[in-house]
Amino acid sequence: MPEAPAGTLYRGREGMWTWLAHRVTGFAIFFFLLVHVLDTSLVRISPESYNAVIGTYKNPIMGIGEAGLVAAIVYHALNGVRIMLIDFWSKGVKHQKTMFWIVLAVFVVLMAGFLPVHLSHVFGEG
Amino acid sequence: MTATTVRVPAPRSPRGSTRTNAELYGWIFMRASGALLLVLIFTHLFVNLLMGGGVKAIDFGFVAGKWASPVWQVWDLVMLWLAMIHGTNGMRTIINDYATKAATRITLKSVTYLAFVVIVVLGTLVIFTFDPCPPGADVALLPSFCTA
Repeated sequence: MPEAPAGTLYRGREGMWTWLAHRVTGFAIFFFLLVHVLDTSLVRISPESYNAVIGTYKNPIMGIGEAGLVAAIVYHALNGVRIMLIDFWSKGVKHQKTMFWIVLAVFVVLMAGFLPVHLSHVFGEG
Repeated sequence: MTATTVRVPAPRSPRGSTRTNAELYGWIFMRASGALLLVLIFTHLFVNLLMGGGVKAIDFGFVAGKWASPVWQVWDLVMLWLAMIHGTNGMRTIINDYATKAATRITLKSVTYLAFVVIVVLGTLVIFTFDPCPPGADVALLPSFCTA
């Protein structure tokens, strides 16, 4: 009985799921970027039209969406650093699983710093 | 379980004769632009969502105040171009992976490249033709330096 290949970087477990999450977050961020350039472009139409559209970003549902967007960006950025270390650091492949847990830890720390401030802006008065 | 080997006659080079290093340069670009985008976008998020009043404080006056400085104009311009090239190349990879029919691939990539051109041209024009004090606008909505 031949054994299934073990220790591959992108087949199964952490390597595969981080790859998939990187792809899904990148896909989502791309479409937000298209919309974000369009909404910002309204500054060329009039202050009123820009303020009206950016006003929709300030309601609670959009505020939670922004938290999700920031989470996607932070994950994509941190896992991107992991990918670069896998590619360019001689011990990167060996430590890819450890680096995934470091990515997760840094993600939690950064989101713990971001979320209370952002959500207090969104749900606070003013 | 017996392994079967498919015999492929030599030469085993891929279809087509365009053998360039384009994919290598794309691979390098994704890493180089990714590193820059991490700094550009984390700063962008920090300034716009964490400093001051966060998302609730963003309005025409806020944008005009930022773009009064050439630093933020160049910052946003570089961010726009790098993010759009990085994102479009990522979309190209995803389309190549999942769209198995040639016609589907060509259609999806054409739409993606069209979106790239429209968004990059529009965004670049907006940054460079922006007037922070448009004539006839309600002064209350404009940055404070417009009243002088």
